[in-house]
Amino acid sequence: MDIISVALPALGDAAGLILQPIVLGYLVLGVVMGLCVGVFPGLGGIAGLSLLLPFMFGMDPVLGLALMIGMVAVVPTSDTFASVLMGIPGSSASQATVLDGFPLAKKGEAARALSAAFASSLFGGLVGAMFLTVFILVARPIVLEFRTPELLMITIFGLSMVGILAGRVALKGIAAAGLGMMIGTIGEGDSAGELRMATYDMPYLVDGLKLVIVGLGIFAIPEIVALLRRDKSISDRSPLGGGWLSGVRDWFANIWLSVRCSIIGVIVGVIPGLGGSVVDWIAYGHSVQTTKDKSKFGSGEIRGVIGPESSNNAKEGGGLVPTLLFGIPGSGSMAIFIGAIALLGSGNIEVGPSMLKNNLDITYAIVWLLALANVVGTLICIAASGGIARLTTIPFALLAPFLFMIISFAAFQSGQDIMDLVALFAIGFLGIMMRRFDWSRPAFLIGFVLSNPAETYANQAVQIAQSRFRKSFEEGIDYIFSPIVIVLIIITLISVVLGLRQAKTIMAEGAVESGAKRAPLIFLLVALGYLAVAFTNAAMIPDYAAADRVFPRFVSGVAIVACVILLVQMMIRPETHALFADREASDVDANAHGLWSTLAWFAGLLILTSLLGFILALAIFLFCFIKYRAGRSLGFALVYTATGIAFMCAMAGLLNRDFPQGLLQSFMDLPWPLT
Amino acid sequence: MTTFTSTRRVAMGLVAAAAATFATQGTAGGHGIDLEGKTVEWVIPFSETGGSAKWANFYAPLLSEALPGNPTVVVKFMPGAGSTKGANWFQEQTYEDGTLIFGSSGSTQFPYLLGDPRVRYEYNDWNVVLASGTGGVAYLPPDLAEKMDGFDASGLKDTDFIYGSQGATRLDLVPLLAWEMLGLNVEPVFGIKGRGDGRLMFERGEANIDYQTSSSFLKGVTPLVEAGTAVPMMSWGALDAEGNIVRDPTFPDMPTFKEVCEATEMCETSGEQWDAWKAFFVAGFPAQKMVFLPAGASNDAMVTYTAAFEAVKARADFAEISSGRLGKYPQMTGDEAKGALSSATQVPEAAKTFVVNWLSERYGVTLN
Repeated sequence: MDIISVALPALGDAAGLILQPIVLGYLVLGVVMGLCVGVFPGLGGIAGLSLLLPFMFGMDPVLGLALMIGMVAVVPTSDTFASVLMGIPGSSASQATVLDGFPLAKKGEAARALSAAFASSLFGGLVGAMFLTVFILVARPIVLEFRTPELLMITIFGLSMVGILAGRVALKGIAAAGLGMMIGTIGEGDSAGELRMATYDMPYLVDGLKLVIVGLGIFAIPEIVALLRRDKSISDRSPLGGGWLSGVRDWFANIWLSVRCSIIGVIVGVIPGLGGSVVDWIAYGHSVQTTKDKSKFGSGEIRGVIGPESSNNAKEGGGLVPTLLFGIPGSGSMAIFIGAIALLGSGNIEVGPSMLKNNLDITYAIVWLLALANVVGTLICIAASGGIARLTTIPFALLAPFLFMIISFAAFQSGQDIMDLVALFAIGFLGIMMRRFDWSRPAFLIGFVLSNPAETYANQAVQIAQSRFRKSFEEGIDYIFSPIVIVLIIITLISVVLGLRQAKTIMAEGAVESGAKRAPLIFLLVALGYLAVAFTNAAMIPDYAAADRVFPRFVSGVAIVACVILLVQMMIRPETHALFADREASDVDANAHGLWSTLAWFAGLLILTSLLGFILALAIFLFCFIKYRAGRSLGFALVYTATGIAFMCAMAGLLNRDFPQGLLQSFMDLPWPLT
Repeated sequence: MTTFTSTRRVAMGLVAAAAATFATQGTAGGHGIDLEGKTVEWVIPFSETGGSAKWANFYAPLLSEALPGNPTVVVKFMPGAGSTKGANWFQEQTYEDGTLIFGSSGSTQFPYLLGDPRVRYEYNDWNVVLASGTGGVAYLPPDLAEKMDGFDASGLKDTDFIYGSQGATRLDLVPLLAWEMLGLNVEPVFGIKGRGDGRLMFERGEANIDYQTSSSFLKGVTPLVEAGTAVPMMSWGALDAEGNIVRDPTFPDMPTFKEVCEATEMCETSGEQWDAWKAFFVAGFPAQKMVFLPAGASNDAMVTYTAAFEAVKARADFAEISSGRLGKYPQMTGDEAKGALSSATQVPEAAKTFVVNWLSERYGVTLN
């Protein structure tokens, strides 16, 4: 009944919403940006979306969604370029593609591999969109029944999955998610306004850290720094070769594999926390299992490309299910997506049950956009493959300062305070360390995003339940243990048990070798130290503000227990155990530059900004970096610097923003943009 | 400390009043300033998504047309600490050439009135050029609304109410105190991030009483009223020229809280509780949003901005374009704005003491 009267008209309305030239224009723009983000290795959907965030304020919701969906949907398509041509995963979702895609390219069959990958991507993307449509239709009546206890329970479910499935060592995932949640509690508590890990002497911390800063710091900065350290000149790529049509024929011949892997992608996408980094491996494993002649895998088997590529596009549709229905991000990029939707329009669209109730047309617009973006993305990838492939030849040393400039600008937009840059640097450093020691960064980010809802839901559910219990015992029990809550509890328990069994085989960010004991131990001790301080800090909140005390104390307590168990394990286990994963050990040959010297460049930018203001500091940074680190000529460095500054000023002019000020500006008045 | 502050505020008030008289005299002979080729920055101490942003975005293009020289007017957002950060920043600015204005809101006023230790701004240093009013409406689910006997709310005494609240020290103070005066047993569930979340709790059946400001009521609750799932209980009312509470012009068919209070036995429209409620209502609603020039603004600048906002108000289409976006509320300039400012920022000491005690006894909230 509801389907016919409400859902189907909304589906039609949604089509009307997006089939306008301007919406399609924004979609194409988003797709093109997504292509770039996907092609440059290391930058995934998270970094791309973070960069879009400052533009989302007050934007027309449909246009903003077109831009974001265009970008999210196309990353798993375009990251294939880097995987196939360079043998470097363009993003974490196409690591498995490298195994057979790169050998194919070496054999001169790059075009065949790419076209098979694109066909699979397109198909997978459409399967994902279709699944999302059906799922929303079916689940909407149930989701509309969700009240605070149900929302709390599904948040707990999401968090438990994220923590446990985040990597090889489940305890590390739990500690990472706990750390993210604790970072999320910094600032004024929502219930009683009590401060947590902040003082009024540092007003910046009172408002808490912003999502943009945490997202960029924890994902984009570590990737940029890592790639910069490798400093791989990407020019040693293979030629494209011919055989576009044969690739499509390959895909068609293996269509059932594509169907199965798409379904795998959707299912993995739906489970919060699994997301992009594992889906391709699962699909690859399935492809190997279902192929009779396994000998060619690893040396150029086309099924090894079709499987992962079908699944990694399909997972976006699956990932949108928990995101749109419950506001639980399935992956890091979905976490940013949720934050971005809250900024759109007049800020009254909030993902979760209320969106399905009040903005059903917008919900379906997202589905249509997802399908459309996959088609547009594939077409552009095929049509412009020659040009896009050339993008991969840009040395990363030239790209990095530009990316860092945009990231700094995006971070500064969130609070318009120089502290934004300090926070970005600090979180970035944490991100680098987490990446190094294989602590799950998606778990950290999702923990950060869910920290606030989890606390609010918990506090409100308790308050409302108390009031119901005062009325009568039955009413209280009915409220807390509704059928949906009970089902969710059972699902959570089963998933935790299954998840703990399976977790050991998950290589979220590829295999990381173990190094010496000392460095991972120090990092664990630092994390434990912060948690202990946060725990004490929360415990000191007085009784009248108890509502602000319970949550941080509980979360830090759990995380501390996880860390202490890890500590004991570290003492017992040998150095080769996965506990001591250390990227510095495994990447020792690949790294051309040291960590500290690379970081010093960015620290330099930060210090210069605090002295001279952002624009002057940026000019010096860009010039010196291109001249000395990238080793280009004086003229090249000057042109690069001028282009960068002009780009920044254009962005700031467009958004009507000023730049961070330094000490210099407090002594003299300078004209814009130097102010 | 408290006495000292209040003495200081009274003194400042007198100074402001004197300055106001002077300014009014000056209005007649001012020259005005020319802003041609300049950019006026309108700082809003909230994020891009709030009601203040909508209000400023509504006025900015109109102001640009009305100011001499048609400067570009840009709205800048400086969110933080519930607007305290932006207001503290504005306090440190001095008048230069009239290209900086600031928009405050009820959330800026209340911490100031309650003596929040984070407040380092002083309204009396600033120069008001526009004051915009708004109203608010409380509403109930239909089964509970039936328990009201006409305007008499006594029938609701035995119901346990749950209300999604942003915090007792914010604008929510006004509805919470009003309901308490009616004898309603309302339990606030703190921690929601905006009034929209409160409405969602009401829609889910978790909260069974709620209030929204006028524009949000028109947009979010009217559909519920039409569908029969919500019934308006009362409006907070509006102020007439003599400072009496009268029916809200946007909701002429709804009783005001004053009428409901008069009809309800428990509630009294006199005494310190009523005075405190009225003082904070006046501070929070009829002059909720104001535009200021910084300390030390020249008389010429004041004249220019006052004239510009008057010109905006005098537009033939103003009633039409503003009613949809701001509601039918007074947009005050000149002496009216100054009157609104003083009633919004000078709560009697007794009312303040009452509310501070009430907050600490009822909700355990202390402000230091």
